[in-house]
Amino acid sequence: MQNIKKLALAFGVASTLSLGLAPVANAAETLKIGFVGVTSGAKAGWGISNVRCMQTRAKWVNDEGGIKIGDTTYNIEIVTWDTQDNTTRAKEGMEKMVQEGIHYVIGPNTDPTAAAVRPVAERDGVMYFPYAFPKELYTKPASNAVLGMIANYQSGPAIYKYLKENKGVKSIAFLAANESDALSQREGGIQAAKALGLKVLAQDAYQSDTRDFAPAVTPIVKLKPDLLVLSGVAGGTAPLIIRAARELGYTGLMSAETAQDAMQLKDGAGDLANGFISVGGASTPEIRSAMMEEFIRRYTEDHGQYDDESNTKVYAMEYILETLKANPKAINDVEEFKKTMDTLSVPNPYMKGDRKLEYVGLTSFGQKRQVGIPMVVTEYQDGEFQTLFVTNVD
Amino acid sequence: MEQIVVNGLYLGAQYALIALGLTLIFALMNVLNFAHGQMYVLGGYMTYLVYGKLGMPFALGLAVSALTLLAVGAVVEKFLFRPVLRKSARDESSMLLAAGLAFFFDSIILLLFGQKQHGVPKIIEGVQNWGDFTVVIPNDKIVVGVCTVLMIAAFIIFMQYTKPGRAMRALAQDRTAAQLMGVSADRYGMLGFALGAMLAGLAGGLLVATTGVSSGIGGSISIKAFLMVMIGGAGVVPGAIAGGFILGMMESFGLSYLRAYGDITYLVIFASLMVFLSIRPHGLMGKPWG
Repeated sequence: MQNIKKLALAFGVASTLSLGLAPVANAAETLKIGFVGVTSGAKAGWGISNVRCMQTRAKWVNDEGGIKIGDTTYNIEIVTWDTQDNTTRAKEGMEKMVQEGIHYVIGPNTDPTAAAVRPVAERDGVMYFPYAFPKELYTKPASNAVLGMIANYQSGPAIYKYLKENKGVKSIAFLAANESDALSQREGGIQAAKALGLKVLAQDAYQSDTRDFAPAVTPIVKLKPDLLVLSGVAGGTAPLIIRAARELGYTGLMSAETAQDAMQLKDGAGDLANGFISVGGASTPEIRSAMMEEFIRRYTEDHGQYDDESNTKVYAMEYILETLKANPKAINDVEEFKKTMDTLSVPNPYMKGDRKLEYVGLTSFGQKRQVGIPMVVTEYQDGEFQTLFVTNVD
Repeated sequence: MEQIVVNGLYLGAQYALIALGLTLIFALMNVLNFAHGQMYVLGGYMTYLVYGKLGMPFALGLAVSALTLLAVGAVVEKFLFRPVLRKSARDESSMLLAAGLAFFFDSIILLLFGQKQHGVPKIIEGVQNWGDFTVVIPNDKIVVGVCTVLMIAAFIIFMQYTKPGRAMRALAQDRTAAQLMGVSADRYGMLGFALGAMLAGLAGGLLVATTGVSSGIGGSISIKAFLMVMIGGAGVVPGAIAGGFILGMMESFGLSYLRAYGDITYLVIFASLMVFLSIRPHGLMGKPWG
């Protein structure tokens, strides 16, 4: 009886070991990519579109057997952290990424949280891809941050110039939330407008939790600017401001230098949003490839609905993966990653034609610390964005 | 000037309606309901579903918002706040519970409705324009404004002239004396909490018609509601109404007249409130109500 028990125990241990060890021997390695950004509160939409892009792409890669970097095949695991748009939480999030052995992080989504994670990222060797505009994050001596989108100081001048030349805009007013991101974007817009010779009639602010914008918009409407710029406006706020301004009788043009969402504009402002100009996602129907179409299909299937912002946010992880494929040593060494950034040039899978994935930013930052994506300026009409013009940064 | 006054009155009416439920719950149970803003959001989404998604009448959407939040409020009071208040005399216990509830609702709402801002079709088209853009007000805002005032009036009448209203006022004035006179603290406590939640839901449902609804706005709405309650005096219904209108007017006038001096409107508003509260910590009308 004693022997039978021993035999059973030995069989159990052997079975457990074989069950536990066999898959490890055959499985792909895991490449962890982090997200540190805002996924709750009023700005949740900014971070959630990042996370969903990462999750959709990671699942897609894993479904196809993983990604080959050097001689090793990796499955991708996404590790996420909600900053709640709070600088302390952001720093904690970046420290968690370090503890998890992660070297590549997407986010944060706002200026203060991006600044907060910088010391940790630089000290512990993390490359991070913020959606925040302060130039000091991307200019030397900083070298670990890579801007994941087009900055307002890049899109603003292009939009104002286009509107000045094509729509006869001569005067301009700015309206921003009373918080650092939006105010710094407003300041950048004012400088760009003045440089183009436009008359700045107003530079107003509203409390970021405002829901009824009539009081904030009333004084601007009375000034009748040719163009009203909503600096750094969140996707959920833009339709409320547009609606308030139009209902109060404003007939001029309106624009934003941040990406917006067609569904939210339609839902919140309806026809009143027609003619609203914004920086579109970098993969509008006219220029997107079959792979981008497939990405949108998978994203919609996984998450129920698609975000136009994701047209831009799909790119950050693709840049990370392509850079790692180009230089496998970078998998645990961000200095190798930085070296490869200067020379990376691979086909852009999300666009038609022979467009390339190449880091940019030399003009704005003096070094290549920005993902190269087309700058697509769009106009909202009847529920969808129509491309006004496409240009490039750098 | 006329437009600024109209903007301020409309904003004030919205604020007052939002603050009413919060002050009622505070008066009855001495609970700072941090989840008030989330209840507002839930009410907004109920109307959005019924009116915006299913295409049913707006009034039905409001009724669904009201009933849903009435039920949510009753359940939350009976199964969460009542046991906690019975077992713990410390204010922190109920505050922590309310804060936890706020996070819970935030997460549930985010899961159910996503992160996007949602709006509904206009309940009535058109804009009233008096004196060649001297005063402009969209028709839907007029309807919402009138409904808001009617709801506030109905609430005051209910509290003043009905038996449950009198019972709740008695509980708010002196809980022990009211109980000795035969008022059931459990029954009217639950009714009061449910009514407070219902008011939040009604405000959310009503305002979805003009400002839409979004999952992340609950926290900031709670803070603003606290502000109004503190201006008027915690637990005082007329105080919450006054607080709402004062804040609405301050915002409307500040945004028009202080803009010339830079982004100081809200700085001035909050600094003024700090000075005011340091002079009169119980707010305009203090506690208890009567």
